[in-house]
Formats: sequence, structure tokens, C-alpha cells
Amino acid sequence: MGLTAALKKKTSFFTIDVELSCPDGQTLALIGPSGSGKTTIIRMLAGLVKPDGGYIRYRDEILFDSARGIHLPPQKRKLGYVFQDYTLFPHLTIYGNAAFAARDRGEVDALLDFFGLTALRDRKPHEVSGGERQRCAVCQALARNPQLLLLDEPFSALDVVTRRILRNELKAITEKRTFPVVYVTHDVTEALFIGNTVLPIVAGSIDREWMERIVTPADEAGLRQRAARAPKLSLTY
Amino acid sequence: MELLPLYLSAKLATLATAILVVVAAPLAYFLVHSSWPGKSFVEALFNLPIALPPTVIGFYLLYLMGPKGLAGQAWENLFGGPLLFTFSGIVIASIFYSLPFAVQPIKASFEKIDPRLKENAYVLGLSPIATFFRVIIPNSINGVAAAAILVFLHTMGAFGVVLMVGGSIAGETRVASIAIYEAVESMQYEKAWLLSLAFIPISYAFLLLVNRLTRKN
Repeated sequence: MGLTAALKKKTSFFTIDVELSCPDGQTLALIGPSGSGKTTIIRMLAGLVKPDGGYIRYRDEILFDSARGIHLPPQKRKLGYVFQDYTLFPHLTIYGNAAFAARDRGEVDALLDFFGLTALRDRKPHEVSGGERQRCAVCQALARNPQLLLLDEPFSALDVVTRRILRNELKAITEKRTFPVVYVTHDVTEALFIGNTVLPIVAGSIDREWMERIVTPADEAGLRQRAARAPKLSLTY
Repeated sequence: MELLPLYLSAKLATLATAILVVVAAPLAYFLVHSSWPGKSFVEALFNLPIALPPTVIGFYLLYLMGPKGLAGQAWENLFGGPLLFTFSGIVIASIFYSLPFAVQPIKASFEKIDPRLKENAYVLGLSPIATFFRVIIPNSINGVAAAAILVFLHTMGAFGVVLMVGGSIAGETRVASIAIYEAVESMQYEKAWLLSLAFIPISYAFLLLVNRLTRKN
């Protein structure tokens, strides 16, 4: 069952027209170059942007249906949503942020513990590192017990090493969950690592050829030729 | 020294500021987060008191709040007395006069908040009203406080509007700015000096506070 959606939306450069589905307990990675429409797609799933047409269904629930005029606001979609950066509430502590929409305090403590944030619980978001902020954002999203987890390039503002660690942590924690996860990224490695399914989006449409081009090793003869043409560098002291 | 005009000014400014912040904050939030046809026209109408001479605003309010005016008649029906030349009258006039001076800075401090904070509150299940109180206000409280102080000072110094609507009734509508003017008119320079002098530390202290509040933000 899980999540199924067909989405249409006219943007200023192209028209988004995709169909996607993600079973419960699985992760769907949306990948594509910058400006390909993947953020708009995940914002439509969240209810932050209204599609021009199509539907979004989760189990028996209709979140959006243009034919029936149904458009649930984001508040009613029981979401976890992780933005790229700087969406923690600056006036609250790490604990206050993680517990912002939580029902169960014990769960918040367990999440903070899992992400190694217990010692930082009384700090404000600007007093911790970027990686710790994003860990807290994931806690905030999970602590409300969402029925659907959406992540929009959650780690792309972080350095490579931190990104890898967070990717592992996220995978470890979402593997135990039963809800669908939709993960937007422009990083192929990340998409292949995190997604059970990878959906390549280019200019608003699904483009599997683009994905193949990206993951096929480059023509080696051509590479060697270019390397030979490059000027040799020498150092003199 | 006669303290009554100073007391009246402070009372007028405190009341008007308290009411204005309560009115202006939701209004500013609505203006920042909504778009509808004709919005800029309505907003310009709200902002007219910034551009109009205070005596012109005072003149229109004098008419509206008078026995033949809409507001004056409604007040008379509700409370059984006139609105013109009363303390309540100058409070109401000051609110209209200072409204844009409250809305504009509060709006500016709301606009400084990253719109994604609002979106994050929405996806976490908060209604727009809950978002206003739990996210917007706590993150713009310094800006709102600074706006309140500026409105307070602006109302403390109001002259034209208050004179038109309230006249100069001792203990009722003769606020400090009017008392100073009248003291000069009747050549009581010592009184004018003392009342004027009282404004300097008040205004200076409040401006320092505004500076502090906005710098921290």
C-alpha cells in the first residue's frame, strides 16, 4: 500500500508530471540535477505547494485529489519533514526543538540519545554544529510519530564526512520504521545508499536514461586522451 | 511644577500603545502572509496617517467623532456621553493616528523571520494561530517591543491630533505637549522649560532601549 501519487504542476521552466509510489517501510530516493523539480515534488507531497492536477494517497487516506477537490493542509498530513538547514526554532533549545510536536517525552529522550544529542539538550540551535542541527531536525520530525517521512536534501549543506555519518544514522533509524520515506538529493551515491528505489527526475519528468548516463563509467579512452593533452605540472624550488 | 499634563501624556501613551500592539501584531502578520487583490490599496489607506499632516487627520477625526459623526453617534449610544473632548476620545484618536507607526515596524520584524520556520511549524501540525503565538511572536519579540516603544514616544509627543479632538481640558485632555504650547503662549516660560526638560531623559532612555533591542535581534 504505502504512498502513491500522480502529480502535475506547471512551473516557469517546465511542467512537472510524475507518478511515484513508495511502500510502507521503504525509502524512495528522488534524484536529479538542481532545479529539476524534485523539491517542488516533495513540497507537493507535504502540502506546502498545491499541485495543478493528480492525486496523493497514503493507505486509505486521500491527501490530495484534484478531481474531487481534496487538498489536505500540511497540518493534517501527519508528516515528518526535514528541510535543508536553519529550520530549527531559534528561541528553543535542542530539547525544546526535538520535543516541539512530540507526544511522548520518553521517545524524545531516546531519539536524542540515539543521535548523541543528550549532552547538548540545553543548547540553542546556533550553539551547535550544522550536523548536530540536522540530527535535531530529524529527531523533531520523528518524535511526532509521523505516518510519512519527507526529507529535502537534509544533509547537503554539511561536509562530506558528517554527511556520511548522518546518512548511516538515518538509514539505521528508518529501517526499523514502518512508514514510507521520501528522500530528495542531488548526490547519486547518497540516493543509491539510502533508497530502496531511486527515481531520477530531470526537468520535471522521470528520466531513467539520465540515471544510466550518470552511473555508467565514463569512456576511458576519451579520459586518457584528455589527460595526455593536459599540460604537465612541474615544481621547481 | 505641575505634573498632571505629564501624567496624562504617560497614561494616554501607555493605553494607546497597549491597545495598538494587540491590534497591530495580528494585522501585520495578516499583511505579511496574505495576498489578495487590492491589498496594496488597503495597505496604503492604513498608512495614510504617516503621510497626512496631523491637523488634517485631527480634522477628519473631529468630524467622525463629533455628535454628527458615525463614531461619535455610536459612542453616544453605547456609553451615553460625547466622545469629543474626553480622554477616551484622545485615546481612540491616538490609536488611529499611530496605527501605521506600529504596523510598519512589527511587519518588518515579522518579515525578517525565515518563512521556512512557519512551514516547519505547519508540517509539524501547528495551526496558523498556534504558529503565530509559538513561533512568530517568540522570534520577533524584540522587534515588537522596539515598535511598542517608538509608538509610545510618538503618542507622548502627539500634538495636532490631540488638540483637534481633545481640545485642552485640564486633567482630561491637556497632555504635556499641549500644556507646553499653552505655557509658551501665556509666557510662563519656567513651566514650559520644566515640562520640556522632563521629556529629554524619558525619550533618551527609551531610545537607548530601542537600540539595545534591535541590535540584539
